[in-house]
Amino acid sequence: MFHGYLPTILGGAALTLELALLSLLFALVAGLAGASAKLSKSAPLRWTATVYTTVVRGVPDLVMMLLVFYGGQMLVNHVTEALDLGYFDLNPMVAGVLTIGFIFGAYFAETFRGAFLAVPKGQLEAGAAYGMTRWQVFARILFPQMLRHALPGLGNNWLVLLKSTAIVSMIGLSDMTWLADQAGRTTREPFLFYLLVCALYLVMTTASSWLLARLERRYSAGVRAAEL
Amino acid sequence: MDVSVVTESLDQYLAGLWLTLHLVTLSCAIGLAAAIPLAVARVSRSLVVRGPVAAYTWFFRGTPMLVQLLLIYYGLGQFPWMQAQWAAGHPVWSLFREPYFCALLAFALNTCAYTIEIVAGAIRNVPHGELEAAKAVGMSRFVMVRRILLPSALRRAIPAYSNEVILMLQGSSIASAVTLVDLTGAARNIYSKHFAPFEAFVFAGLIYLVLTFALVWLFQRAEKRWLAHLRAQELAKAPQ
Repeated sequence: MFHGYLPTILGGAALTLELALLSLLFALVAGLAGASAKLSKSAPLRWTATVYTTVVRGVPDLVMMLLVFYGGQMLVNHVTEALDLGYFDLNPMVAGVLTIGFIFGAYFAETFRGAFLAVPKGQLEAGAAYGMTRWQVFARILFPQMLRHALPGLGNNWLVLLKSTAIVSMIGLSDMTWLADQAGRTTREPFLFYLLVCALYLVMTTASSWLLARLERRYSAGVRAAEL
Repeated sequence: MDVSVVTESLDQYLAGLWLTLHLVTLSCAIGLAAAIPLAVARVSRSLVVRGPVAAYTWFFRGTPMLVQLLLIYYGLGQFPWMQAQWAAGHPVWSLFREPYFCALLAFALNTCAYTIEIVAGAIRNVPHGELEAAKAVGMSRFVMVRRILLPSALRRAIPAYSNEVILMLQGSSIASAVTLVDLTGAARNIYSKHFAPFEAFVFAGLIYLVLTFALVWLFQRAEKRWLAHLRAQELAKAPQ
Protein backbone atom coordinates (compact mmCIF):
# COMPACT_ATOMS: atom_id res chain seq x y z
CA MET A 1 0.00 0.00 0.00
CA PHE A 2 2.84 2.39 0.81
CA HIS A 3 5.10 1.14 -2.00
CA GLY A 4 7.69 -0.04 0.51
CA TYR A 5 8.04 3.44 2.04
CA LEU A 6 6.47 2.50 5.37
CA PRO A 7 9.75 1.62 7.16
CA THR A 8 11.33 4.87 5.91
CA ILE A 9 8.45 6.98 7.22
CA LEU A 10 8.45 5.11 10.52
CA GLY A 11 12.17 5.88 10.78
CA GLY A 12 11.25 9.53 10.19
CA ALA A 13 8.69 9.28 12.97
CA ALA A 14 11.43 8.07 15.31
CA LEU A 15 13.54 11.08 14.29
CA THR A 16 10.58 13.40 14.92
CA LEU A 17 10.13 11.91 18.38
CA GLU A 18 13.86 12.21 19.08
CA LEU A 19 13.83 15.86 18.01
CA ALA A 20 10.79 16.54 20.20
CA LEU A 21 12.26 14.84 23.27
CA LEU A 22 15.66 16.54 22.94
CA SER A 23 13.92 19.90 22.50
CA LEU A 24 11.75 19.17 25.52
CA LEU A 25 14.84 18.48 27.64
CA PHE A 26 16.46 21.72 26.52
CA ALA A 27 13.20 23.64 27.01
CA LEU A 28 12.75 22.30 30.56
CA VAL A 29 16.24 23.49 31.52
CA ALA A 30 15.69 26.87 29.83
CA GLY A 31 12.26 27.13 31.45
CA LEU A 32 13.53 26.43 34.96
CA ALA A 33 16.34 28.94 34.46
CA GLY A 34 13.88 31.49 33.07
CA ALA A 35 11.44 31.02 35.95
CA SER A 36 14.23 31.32 38.53
CA ALA A 37 15.45 34.49 36.85
CA LYS A 38 11.91 35.91 36.81
CA LEU A 39 11.54 35.23 40.54
CA SER A 40 15.04 36.39 41.43
CA LYS A 41 15.82 39.43 43.56
CA SER A 42 18.22 40.81 40.98
CA ALA A 43 16.54 43.34 38.71
CA PRO A 44 18.79 42.78 35.64
CA LEU A 45 18.08 39.03 35.78
CA ARG A 46 14.34 39.64 36.01
CA TRP A 47 14.52 42.10 33.18
CA THR A 48 16.47 39.74 30.91
CA ALA A 49 14.00 36.92 31.59
CA THR A 50 11.05 39.19 30.80
CA VAL A 51 12.58 40.26 27.50
CA TYR A 52 13.27 36.58 26.70
CA THR A 53 9.72 35.40 27.36
CA THR A 54 8.10 38.40 25.66
CA VAL A 55 10.18 38.41 22.48
CA VAL A 56 10.10 34.64 21.97
CA ARG A 57 6.34 34.46 22.32
CA GLY A 58 5.85 37.30 19.84
CA VAL A 59 7.92 35.89 16.95
CA PRO A 60 6.85 32.86 14.85
CA ASP A 61 8.87 29.69 15.41
CA LEU A 62 9.59 29.39 11.68
CA VAL A 63 11.14 32.87 11.51
CA MET A 64 13.30 32.09 14.52
CA MET A 65 14.31 28.75 13.06
CA LEU A 66 15.33 30.32 9.75
CA LEU A 67 17.33 32.90 11.68
CA VAL A 68 19.13 30.25 13.73
CA PHE A 69 19.71 27.94 10.76
CA TYR A 70 20.96 30.48 8.19
CA GLY A 71 22.26 33.11 10.59
CA GLY A 72 23.85 30.51 12.85
CA GLN A 73 25.62 28.94 9.89
CA MET A 74 27.02 32.35 8.96
CA LEU A 75 28.24 32.94 12.52
CA VAL A 76 29.83 29.48 12.61
CA ASN A 77 31.56 30.20 9.30
CA HIS A 78 32.97 33.48 10.65
CA VAL A 79 34.26 31.72 13.75
CA THR A 80 35.83 28.79 11.90
CA GLU A 81 37.44 31.17 9.40
CA ALA A 82 38.85 33.37 12.16
CA LEU A 83 40.23 30.35 13.99
CA ASP A 84 41.44 28.76 10.75
CA LEU A 85 39.38 25.62 11.31
CA GLY A 86 37.73 23.49 8.62
CA TYR A 87 34.19 24.01 7.34
CA PHE A 88 31.62 23.08 9.95
CA ASP A 89 28.09 22.31 8.86
CA LEU A 90 25.32 23.40 11.23
CA ASN A 91 22.87 20.56 10.69
CA PRO A 92 19.08 21.00 10.76
CA MET A 93 18.74 18.68 13.78
CA VAL A 94 20.96 20.90 15.95
CA ALA A 95 19.27 24.05 14.68
CA GLY A 96 15.86 22.48 15.30
CA VAL A 97 16.59 21.37 18.87
CA LEU A 98 18.17 24.71 19.74
CA THR A 99 15.32 26.76 18.30
CA ILE A 100 12.40 24.68 19.55
CA GLY A 101 14.04 24.30 22.97
CA PHE A 102 14.71 28.03 23.18
CA ILE A 103 11.14 28.91 22.14
CA PHE A 104 9.37 26.49 24.46
CA GLY A 105 11.73 27.41 27.28
CA ALA A 106 9.95 30.78 27.28
CA TYR A 107 6.52 29.13 27.59
CA PHE A 108 7.80 26.76 30.28
CA ALA A 109 9.30 29.68 32.21
CA GLU A 110 5.81 31.17 32.57
CA THR A 111 4.34 27.82 33.62
CA PHE A 112 7.08 27.17 36.19
CA ARG A 113 6.88 30.70 37.57
CA GLY A 114 3.19 30.33 38.29
CA ALA A 115 3.73 26.86 39.77
CA PHE A 116 6.52 28.02 42.08
CA LEU A 117 4.29 30.82 43.34
CA ALA A 118 1.45 28.36 43.99
CA VAL A 119 3.41 26.50 46.68
CA PRO A 120 2.48 28.00 50.08
CA LYS A 121 5.34 30.01 51.60
CA GLY A 122 4.75 28.56 55.06
CA GLN A 123 5.90 25.14 53.85
CA LEU A 124 9.25 26.54 52.75
CA GLU A 125 9.61 28.33 56.09
CA ALA A 126 8.76 25.08 57.88
CA GLY A 127 11.51 23.35 55.90
CA ALA A 128 14.01 26.03 56.86
CA ALA A 129 12.88 25.79 60.49
CA TYR A 130 13.72 22.07 60.42
CA GLY A 131 17.27 23.03 59.51
CA MET A 132 17.12 21.99 55.85
CA THR A 133 19.55 23.69 53.50
CA ARG A 134 18.20 25.83 50.66
CA TRP A 135 18.85 22.97 48.23
CA GLN A 136 17.04 20.46 50.45
CA VAL A 137 14.03 22.76 50.71
CA PHE A 138 14.02 23.04 46.93
CA ALA A 139 14.42 19.31 46.23
CA ARG A 140 12.16 17.95 48.96
CA ILE A 141 9.42 20.55 49.31
CA LEU A 142 9.29 23.14 46.56
CA PHE A 143 10.01 21.01 43.47
CA PRO A 144 7.65 18.05 44.06
CA GLN A 145 4.72 20.33 44.88
CA MET A 146 5.53 22.77 42.13
CA LEU A 147 5.36 19.91 39.63
CA ARG A 148 1.73 19.25 40.42
CA HIS A 149 0.78 22.82 39.62
CA ALA A 150 3.02 22.87 36.53
CA LEU A 151 1.84 19.58 34.97
CA PRO A 152 -1.29 20.83 33.14
CA GLY A 153 0.67 23.72 31.59
CA LEU A 154 3.64 21.49 30.74
CA GLY A 155 1.31 18.97 29.14
CA ASN A 156 -0.34 21.53 26.88
CA ASN A 157 3.01 22.96 25.86
CA TRP A 158 4.40 19.49 25.12
CA LEU A 159 1.52 18.86 22.69
CA VAL A 160 2.22 22.18 20.94
CA LEU A 161 5.95 21.41 20.88
CA LEU A 162 5.37 17.97 19.36
CA LYS A 163 3.37 19.47 16.50
CA SER A 164 5.81 22.30 15.90
CA THR A 165 8.53 19.74 15.03
CA ALA A 166 6.92 19.49 11.58
CA ILE A 167 8.31 22.88 10.56
CA VAL A 168 11.87 21.61 10.92
CA SER A 169 11.20 19.81 7.61
CA MET A 170 11.20 23.31 6.07
CA ILE A 171 14.93 23.67 6.81
CA GLY A 172 15.61 20.20 5.41
CA LEU A 173 15.63 17.84 8.38
CA SER A 174 14.57 14.41 7.10
CA ASP A 175 11.79 14.01 9.66
CA MET A 176 8.57 12.20 8.76
CA THR A 177 6.99 15.24 7.11
CA TRP A 178 9.99 15.72 4.82
CA LEU A 179 10.17 12.00 4.01
CA ALA A 180 6.43 11.93 3.24
CA ASP A 181 6.99 14.83 0.86
CA GLN A 182 9.72 12.87 -0.96
CA ALA A 183 7.70 9.64 -1.03
CA GLY A 184 4.65 11.54 -2.28
CA ARG A 185 6.60 13.06 -5.17
CA THR A 186 8.15 9.76 -6.22
CA THR A 187 4.97 7.69 -6.06
CA ARG A 188 2.65 10.56 -7.13
CA GLU A 189 0.49 9.74 -4.13
CA PRO A 190 1.14 12.70 -1.81
CA PHE A 191 -2.27 12.54 -0.13
CA LEU A 192 -1.65 9.00 1.07
CA PHE A 193 1.69 9.86 2.63
CA TYR A 194 0.60 13.11 4.27
CA LEU A 195 -2.37 11.26 5.69
CA LEU A 196 0.02 8.65 7.09
CA VAL A 197 2.00 11.45 8.77
CA CYS A 198 -1.25 12.82 10.22
CA ALA A 199 -2.06 9.39 11.61
CA LEU A 200 1.39 9.07 13.18
CA TYR A 201 1.10 12.53 14.78
CA LEU A 202 -2.36 11.59 16.07
CA VAL A 203 -0.95 8.45 17.67
CA MET A 204 1.75 10.52 19.39
CA THR A 205 -0.53 13.32 20.57
CA THR A 206 -3.31 10.98 21.71
CA ALA A 207 -0.87 8.75 23.59
CA SER A 208 0.68 11.85 25.19
CA SER A 209 -2.69 13.17 26.33
CA TRP A 210 -3.54 9.82 27.89
CA LEU A 211 -0.18 9.59 29.66
CA LEU A 212 -0.41 13.18 30.91
CA ALA A 213 -3.87 12.59 32.35
CA ARG A 214 -2.48 9.61 34.30
CA LEU A 215 0.53 11.60 35.51
CA GLU A 216 -1.71 14.43 36.66
CA ARG A 217 -3.83 12.00 38.62
CA ARG A 218 -0.71 10.54 40.23
CA TYR A 219 0.76 13.90 41.21
CA SER A 220 -2.58 15.11 42.55
CA ALA A 221 -2.95 12.12 44.88
CA GLY A 222 -4.36 13.38 48.16
CA VAL A 223 -5.67 16.60 46.66
CA ARG A 224 -9.43 16.86 46.64
CA ALA A 225 -10.90 18.60 43.63
CA ALA A 226 -13.46 21.30 44.29
CA GLU A 227 -16.94 20.01 43.65
CA LEU A 228 -19.97 22.12 43.06
CA MET B 1 24.22 44.64 10.23
CA ASP B 2 23.52 46.31 6.94
CA VAL B 3 20.39 48.45 7.24
CA SER B 4 20.21 49.08 3.49
CA VAL B 5 19.12 45.45 3.01
CA VAL B 6 15.95 46.32 4.90
CA THR B 7 15.36 49.82 3.53
CA GLU B 8 15.81 48.59 -0.05
CA SER B 9 13.24 45.84 0.44
CA LEU B 10 10.57 47.72 2.36
CA ASP B 11 7.98 47.31 -0.40
CA GLN B 12 8.50 43.53 -0.36
CA TYR B 13 8.00 43.44 3.41
CA LEU B 14 4.87 45.55 3.07
CA ALA B 15 3.39 43.27 0.42
CA GLY B 16 4.17 40.26 2.62
CA LEU B 17 2.67 41.94 5.67
CA TRP B 18 -0.50 42.67 3.71
CA LEU B 19 -0.86 38.99 2.74
CA THR B 20 -0.22 37.85 6.33
CA LEU B 21 -2.87 40.23 7.69
CA HIS B 22 -5.28 39.14 4.99
CA LEU B 23 -4.85 35.44 5.69
CA VAL B 24 -5.01 35.75 9.47
CA THR B 25 -8.01 38.10 9.58
CA LEU B 26 -10.07 36.13 7.08
CA SER B 27 -9.26 32.69 8.49
CA CYS B 28 -9.99 33.83 12.07
CA ALA B 29 -13.28 35.42 11.00
CA ILE B 30 -14.40 32.30 9.10
CA GLY B 31 -13.13 30.00 11.86
CA LEU B 32 -14.94 31.92 14.61
CA ALA B 33 -18.21 32.16 12.68
CA ALA B 34 -18.23 28.41 12.05
CA ALA B 35 -17.04 27.56 15.56
CA ILE B 36 -19.96 29.13 17.43
CA PRO B 37 -22.74 26.80 16.19
CA LEU B 38 -20.32 23.84 16.20
CA ALA B 39 -19.41 24.54 19.84
CA VAL B 40 -23.09 24.35 20.77
CA ALA B 41 -23.17 20.99 18.97
CA ARG B 42 -19.97 19.93 20.77
CA VAL B 43 -21.67 20.18 24.19
CA SER B 44 -24.85 18.45 23.02
CA ARG B 45 -26.05 15.46 25.04
CA SER B 46 -26.66 13.45 21.86
CA LEU B 47 -23.65 11.45 20.68
CA VAL B 48 -24.78 11.71 17.05
CA VAL B 49 -24.50 15.52 17.25
CA ARG B 50 -21.44 15.69 19.49
CA GLY B 51 -19.43 12.82 17.93
CA PRO B 52 -18.60 14.22 14.48
CA VAL B 53 -17.59 17.59 15.93
CA ALA B 54 -15.38 15.87 18.50
CA ALA B 55 -13.73 13.78 15.75
CA TYR B 56 -13.10 16.94 13.70
CA THR B 57 -11.44 18.83 16.57
CA TRP B 58 -9.46 15.71 17.54
CA PHE B 59 -7.96 15.46 14.04
CA PHE B 60 -7.18 19.14 13.55
CA ARG B 61 -5.84 19.72 17.07
CA GLY B 62 -3.79 16.53 17.01
CA THR B 63 -1.85 17.15 13.80
CA PRO B 64 0.49 20.00 12.76
CA MET B 65 -1.08 22.79 10.69
CA LEU B 66 1.82 22.49 8.22
CA VAL B 67 0.88 18.88 7.41
CA GLN B 68 -2.79 19.88 7.08
CA LEU B 69 -1.79 22.58 4.60
CA LEU B 70 0.40 20.20 2.59
CA LEU B 71 -2.37 17.59 2.62
CA ILE B 72 -4.80 20.06 1.05
CA TYR B 73 -2.50 21.83 -1.40
CA TYR B 74 -0.23 19.02 -2.63
CA GLY B 75 -2.30 16.04 -1.55
CA LEU B 76 -5.62 16.53 -3.32
CA GLY B 77 -3.99 16.57 -6.77
CA GLN B 78 -3.35 12.85 -6.33
CA PHE B 79 -6.94 11.94 -7.18
CA PRO B 80 -7.77 11.46 -10.88
CA TRP B 81 -11.28 12.76 -10.20
CA MET B 82 -9.84 16.05 -8.93
CA GLN B 83 -7.49 16.25 -11.92
CA ALA B 84 -10.47 15.77 -14.25
CA GLN B 85 -12.30 18.65 -12.53
CA TRP B 86 -9.25 20.85 -12.97
CA ALA B 87 -8.93 19.90 -16.63
CA ALA B 88 -12.62 20.74 -17.12
CA GLY B 89 -12.09 24.09 -15.39
CA HIS B 90 -14.70 23.49 -12.68
CA PRO B 91 -15.17 26.84 -10.88
CA VAL B 92 -15.17 25.44 -7.32
CA TRP B 93 -12.72 22.53 -7.49
CA SER B 94 -10.21 24.62 -9.45
CA LEU B 95 -9.83 26.74 -6.31
CA PHE B 96 -7.88 23.85 -4.79
CA ARG B 97 -5.02 24.60 -7.19
CA GLU B 98 -4.66 28.10 -5.74
CA PRO B 99 -2.12 28.31 -2.89
CA TYR B 100 -3.98 31.29 -1.39
CA PHE B 101 -7.29 29.42 -1.23
CA CYS B 102 -5.64 26.28 0.18
CA ALA B 103 -3.82 28.25 2.88
CA LEU B 104 -7.00 30.10 3.83
CA LEU B 105 -8.93 26.80 3.99
CA ALA B 106 -6.27 25.02 6.07
CA PHE B 107 -5.90 27.97 8.47
CA ALA B 108 -9.67 28.39 8.87
CA LEU B 109 -10.24 24.67 9.48
CA ASN B 110 -7.42 24.63 12.02
CA THR B 111 -8.40 27.72 14.00
CA CYS B 112 -12.07 26.65 13.88
CA ALA B 113 -11.19 23.37 15.63
CA TYR B 114 -9.32 25.16 18.44
CA THR B 115 -12.04 27.82 18.74
CA ILE B 116 -14.75 25.15 19.05
CA GLU B 117 -13.00 23.68 22.09
CA ILE B 118 -12.43 27.14 23.63
CA VAL B 119 -16.09 28.15 23.21
CA ALA B 120 -17.34 24.71 24.28
CA GLY B 121 -15.22 24.99 27.44
CA ALA B 122 -16.71 28.42 28.13
CA ILE B 123 -20.24 27.09 27.57
CA ARG B 124 -19.64 24.32 30.13
CA ASN B 125 -18.53 26.99 32.61
CA VAL B 126 -21.60 29.18 32.29
CA PRO B 127 -23.13 29.34 35.78
CA HIS B 128 -26.06 27.01 36.05
CA GLY B 129 -28.21 29.66 37.70
CA GLU B 130 -28.16 31.82 34.56
CA LEU B 131 -29.74 29.01 32.55
CA GLU B 132 -32.24 28.15 35.28
CA ALA B 133 -33.32 31.79 35.41
CA ALA B 134 -33.79 31.74 31.64
CA LYS B 135 -35.96 28.63 31.88
CA ALA B 136 -37.88 30.14 34.79
CA VAL B 137 -38.90 33.17 32.74
CA GLY B 138 -40.14 30.75 30.08
CA MET B 139 -37.54 31.11 27.31
CA SER B 140 -37.48 28.45 24.62
CA ARG B 141 -34.20 26.53 24.13
CA PHE B 142 -33.25 28.58 21.09
CA VAL B 143 -33.93 31.90 22.77
CA MET B 144 -32.00 30.75 25.85
CA VAL B 145 -28.95 29.81 23.75
CA ARG B 146 -29.08 33.07 21.81
CA ARG B 147 -29.78 35.49 24.65
CA ILE B 148 -28.18 33.90 27.70
CA LEU B 149 -25.82 31.01 26.95
CA LEU B 150 -23.82 32.41 24.03
CA PRO B 151 -23.38 36.02 25.25
CA SER B 152 -22.21 34.73 28.62
CA ALA B 153 -19.91 32.04 27.18
CA LEU B 154 -18.39 34.15 24.42
CA ARG B 155 -17.40 36.87 26.89
CA ARG B 156 -15.70 34.32 29.12
CA ALA B 157 -13.92 32.86 26.10
CA ILE B 158 -12.15 36.14 25.23
CA PRO B 159 -8.91 35.54 27.19
CA ALA B 160 -8.37 32.05 25.73
CA TYR B 161 -9.43 33.20 22.28
CA SER B 162 -6.87 36.00 22.30
CA ASN B 163 -4.15 33.36 22.66
CA GLU B 164 -5.59 31.44 19.73
CA VAL B 165 -5.53 34.51 17.47
CA ILE B 166 -1.91 35.22 18.43
CA LEU B 167 -0.99 31.60 17.70
CA MET B 168 -2.71 31.90 14.30
CA LEU B 169 -0.69 35.01 13.48
CA GLN B 170 2.51 33.11 14.22
CA GLY B 171 1.29 29.89 12.64
CA SER B 172 0.48 31.70 9.40
CA SER B 173 4.22 31.95 8.73
CA ILE B 174 4.07 28.46 7.20
CA ALA B 175 2.18 29.91 4.21
CA SER B 176 5.56 30.16 2.50
CA ALA B 177 5.61 26.34 2.32
CA VAL B 178 3.04 26.54 -0.49
CA THR B 179 4.83 29.27 -2.49
CA LEU B 180 2.89 32.18 -0.93
CA VAL B 181 4.97 35.28 -0.23
CA ASP B 182 3.66 36.33 3.19
CA LEU B 183 5.79 38.26 5.68
CA THR B 184 8.01 35.22 6.32
CA GLY B 185 8.10 34.39 2.61
CA ALA B 186 9.24 37.96 1.86
CA ALA B 187 11.99 37.64 4.47
CA ARG B 188 13.13 34.37 2.87
CA ASN B 189 13.28 36.01 -0.58
CA ILE B 190 15.20 38.98 0.80
CA TYR B 191 17.59 36.60 2.57
CA SER B 192 18.37 34.65 -0.58
CA LYS B 193 18.79 37.82 -2.66
CA HIS B 194 21.19 39.59 -0.29
CA PHE B 195 22.49 36.58 1.64
CA ALA B 196 21.89 38.57 4.84
CA PRO B 197 20.05 36.27 7.28
CA PHE B 198 20.21 38.56 10.32
CA GLU B 199 18.83 41.65 8.63
CA ALA B 200 16.14 39.78 6.72
CA PHE B 201 14.75 37.65 9.55
CA VAL B 202 15.25 40.01 12.50
CA PHE B 203 13.27 42.73 10.75
CA ALA B 204 10.45 40.30 9.93
CA GLY B 205 10.52 39.11 13.55
CA LEU B 206 10.19 42.70 14.75
CA ILE B 207 7.11 43.25 12.61
CA TYR B 208 5.52 40.07 14.03
CA LEU B 209 6.39 41.29 17.53
CA VAL B 210 4.68 44.63 16.93
CA LEU B 211 1.61 42.84 15.49
CA THR B 212 1.50 40.58 18.56
CA PHE B 213 1.63 43.59 20.90
CA ALA B 214 -1.15 45.24 18.91
CA LEU B 215 -3.31 42.12 19.27
CA VAL B 216 -2.63 41.88 23.00
CA TRP B 217 -3.63 45.53 23.40
CA LEU B 218 -6.80 45.07 21.35
CA PHE B 219 -7.89 42.04 23.35
CA GLN B 220 -7.16 43.80 26.65
CA ARG B 221 -9.54 46.53 25.56
CA ALA B 222 -12.11 43.92 24.57
CA GLU B 223 -11.81 42.26 27.98
CA LYS B 224 -12.23 45.60 29.72
CA ARG B 225 -15.37 46.26 27.74
CA TRP B 226 -17.04 42.85 27.83
CA LEU B 227 -15.71 41.30 31.02
CA ALA B 228 -16.12 44.35 33.25
CA HIS B 229 -18.86 42.61 35.25
CA LEU B 230 -16.51 39.75 36.21
CA ARG B 231 -13.67 42.00 37.36
CA ALA B 232 -15.42 42.92 40.57
CA GLN B 233 -15.67 39.23 41.54
CA GLU B 234 -11.99 38.69 40.85
CA LEU B 235 -11.00 41.66 42.97
CA ALA B 236 -13.15 40.37 45.82
CA LYS B 237 -11.56 36.91 45.55
CA ALA B 238 -7.95 38.15 45.38
CA PRO B 239 -5.94 37.66 48.58
CA GLN B 240 -5.78 40.84 50.60
